[in-house]
Amino acid sequence: MRVRVKFTKTGNMKYIGHLDVMRYFQKVLRRADVDVSFSGGFSPHMIMSFAAPLGVGTTSSGEYFDLDLQSAPSGRELMERMNAQMHEGMSVVGIRKIGEDKHSKGMTLVAAADYSVTLDLSEIAAAEAAACKASLEGMEQKQEAFLAQEEVHVWRKTKRSEGLVNIRPWIYSFSCETDVNGIPVFRMCVSQGSVSNLKPDLVVKAFADYAGLQIPDGTMRIHREDIYANAGTETERKLVSLGNLGEEIV
Amino acid sequence: MAKLALTNEILMQIEKPERYIGGEVNAVVKNPEEVDIRFAFCFPDVYEIGMSHLGIQILYDMFNKRTDVWCERVYSPWMDMDRVLREKQIPLFALESQDPVKSFDFLGFTLQYEMAYTNILQVLDLSDIPLHSTDRKEEDPIVIGGGPCAYNPEPIAEFFDLFYIGEGEVVYDRLFDLYKETKQAGGDRSAFLRAASHMPGIYVPSLYEVTYREDGTIAAFQPKFEDVPAVVEKQLVLDFNEAPYPDRPVVPFAKATQDRVVLEIMRGCIRGCRFCQAGMVYRPLREKSVEKMKQQAEAMLRATGYEEISLSSLSSSDYTQLPKLLNFLTEFCPQKGINISLPSLRIDQFSLDVMSKVQDVKKSSLTFAPEAGSQRMRNVINKGLTEEDILSGAGKAFEGGWNKVKLYFMLGLPGETQEDYKGIAWLCQKVADQYYEIPKEKRNGKVAITASASFFVPKPFTPFQWAPQDTVETFISKARTVKNEVRNQTNQKSIRFTYHEADVSVLEGVLARGDRRVAAAIEAAYRKGAIFDAWSESFVNERWQEAFAETGVDPFFYTTRIRSTDEILPWDFISVGVTKEFLKREWEAAQKAMVTPNCRQKCSACGARKFGAGVCFEEKTGVDISRYEVNGTGGRSRCSGGTEAPSIRSAEEV
Repeated sequence: MRVRVKFTKTGNMKYIGHLDVMRYFQKVLRRADVDVSFSGGFSPHMIMSFAAPLGVGTTSSGEYFDLDLQSAPSGRELMERMNAQMHEGMSVVGIRKIGEDKHSKGMTLVAAADYSVTLDLSEIAAAEAAACKASLEGMEQKQEAFLAQEEVHVWRKTKRSEGLVNIRPWIYSFSCETDVNGIPVFRMCVSQGSVSNLKPDLVVKAFADYAGLQIPDGTMRIHREDIYANAGTETERKLVSLGNLGEEIV
Repeated sequence: MAKLALTNEILMQIEKPERYIGGEVNAVVKNPEEVDIRFAFCFPDVYEIGMSHLGIQILYDMFNKRTDVWCERVYSPWMDMDRVLREKQIPLFALESQDPVKSFDFLGFTLQYEMAYTNILQVLDLSDIPLHSTDRKEEDPIVIGGGPCAYNPEPIAEFFDLFYIGEGEVVYDRLFDLYKETKQAGGDRSAFLRAASHMPGIYVPSLYEVTYREDGTIAAFQPKFEDVPAVVEKQLVLDFNEAPYPDRPVVPFAKATQDRVVLEIMRGCIRGCRFCQAGMVYRPLREKSVEKMKQQAEAMLRATGYEEISLSSLSSSDYTQLPKLLNFLTEFCPQKGINISLPSLRIDQFSLDVMSKVQDVKKSSLTFAPEAGSQRMRNVINKGLTEEDILSGAGKAFEGGWNKVKLYFMLGLPGETQEDYKGIAWLCQKVADQYYEIPKEKRNGKVAITASASFFVPKPFTPFQWAPQDTVETFISKARTVKNEVRNQTNQKSIRFTYHEADVSVLEGVLARGDRRVAAAIEAAYRKGAIFDAWSESFVNERWQEAFAETGVDPFFYTTRIRSTDEILPWDFISVGVTKEFLKREWEAAQKAMVTPNCRQKCSACGARKFGAGVCFEEKTGVDISRYEVNGTGGRSRCSGGTEAPSIRSAEEV
């Protein structure tokens, strides 16, 4: 059977790279004595695939990997057993049974993700922090007009190319506010996956340019809220959390 | 969220932040208020190397089992982090608590290879601890060194408060108790060091005085006070089966070099290769029982979740219960989806059968360590291995489907002639011939022979401790000759010959057999920016040459000079069990190319029997089992002559 494991990655765990997170889970599964399926051959490995790699430095409350099991107790028991082997900053928050066809694979389904980007001004000079805060005054009023633009051009560097790109089609929603604790936060839903993968800091930078915000380097703290599949069409999107697909294991 | 010594900004700008955040699986966290002793344990190299070291895992576990001690880990910050710490003046910290090292009671270094010496200075410097023992104040940690390089601690003596000579499992407990007692009695740093010097295995360099003759050799080496022992005795685990072993080793997030469960099957070696320091200083050989290892393997796999297990020893084929152990592993592991990584074993039908069960014959290569090209030279180094052994082992392997073979050699061995080193090429040719003797339809493509040569570095406490070392020029010219000779062979297309960096080997030679005066050059090299000298990407020979010139240290005095066996050697004050008389006998036997039988055949009265343990008390077979000891003793047996950087060893000491 194939299951989808949803987990969170917060705190100091954000410094652990994607490949090491994968290795971490392989060890967790062994310590928890989960009945996983192995590939054949001389170096058997677990059959697992992560939906969307998370970059170093980014936290998340909605990460996913798909895993093949030989057998499983209830989802709840499996989760408890895994969590008993995990530590601060990483925990399993959901396990569901999913289809074994290739269209059900998390990796192929990824279409969008919610992010929140907060600004941490605690590590920078007071004057710089003050200038930043002043520039953020009234930014809420500009978010609608920002989204109303037909095109938003940003300088983007990918592995293959570098240049101006219009990212507007990939921004599905955007809002900003200063929260109750006085921390500036930008929330968005953006396109993810193999076709068009938009990084949230690019959106914040585009908005900062548009609204004249001064955001000092290294202050953005990116948090992925959740990852979605598109159950609708290209034009009529219907986003469903990857964690809501499949069925409970009782 | 656990506290971090570094800001998000710093952690995001450096390579691999997981090296610095701690919090790994099985890392031990205690309340600093509830312990009496805080011990920072440092492997002076990068995290991924240091985390692979078995010795630290053993002692970390042992120390932390005491409720009054909290042992934490420290590694050399990689070069990018080194720059940041200096620039921002952030003191170096231990991983678990993220507290500055300077606030600890002890800072222990494991001394695994000479080329890490500048990294010791880096760690002291970044911790804001004075480099010289004499400059340290009451609030500074007691700086301890241990491990293989502590068998000649002299070149780094002035940077250490004390050295622990021998296997760490033995007297650390008593040392901690002494520290607490001294503190409770209101004693200071010097009172503790003085009292510690009375303990077996503890060497406090500041309590000894060295004088030199006009020719630069040592005139006298003696304690400054009557109560300080003139000879320091190596400490050794007598009951190896009951020795502490970690059932919950720390598992790094980052992929360490040794990314697996390691079972130490025995300690010591019966072979007596004359270049090998480990083979002498770990005598006598002591074995662990298969029963014990079954328990340890299961416990460690359960506690770590590792997917691979490997064996550690100097020469696994000499383990008397090897078939039983391998049968257990090949039964147990596949059920659990665990890979077995086998050390290089004697290549015979048994080991080939086992290997073909656990690894992909098509992809894996077999390793042979003849160490020398000619039979004469193999006799000189006491590598009881004949050409026949090598060729028949290779032949069996080729028939079993292998077609990749690695051969390890050393260049610059004592008394080496051109015939001896050209023999490397000739032996490779014969191994390739062996492959082409099997019928074409049975061959698995082409044969690929990789021969690599390291340059011989004479080490203390070996019969070659008196041997002159070759110069860089001689090394390189010999290597070129071998390369040309390989090209002259008819099978040259199947043979690849590579060799190590000669300048590093010569420097290693200076540090290995240096005396206290060499410290000035190490410090000068460090001041010029030398760190991570074990890494070819950061090693700059000019820094060292300038350092030698400026400090008046003549490297040739330590390398090419011919030493008389009457000379007082800098490490003579240490007693390792193996006596100087035995080493002399072996040095003479080497010059006559005479082979000495191994410990199981016949006792050669090396001196290690005095410990009262291990192979010395087994029945002797009298049978020449070296006749069966074929090839492939692999990495372990060549460690002291090797210059592979960084060489990972799993010797259990600090």
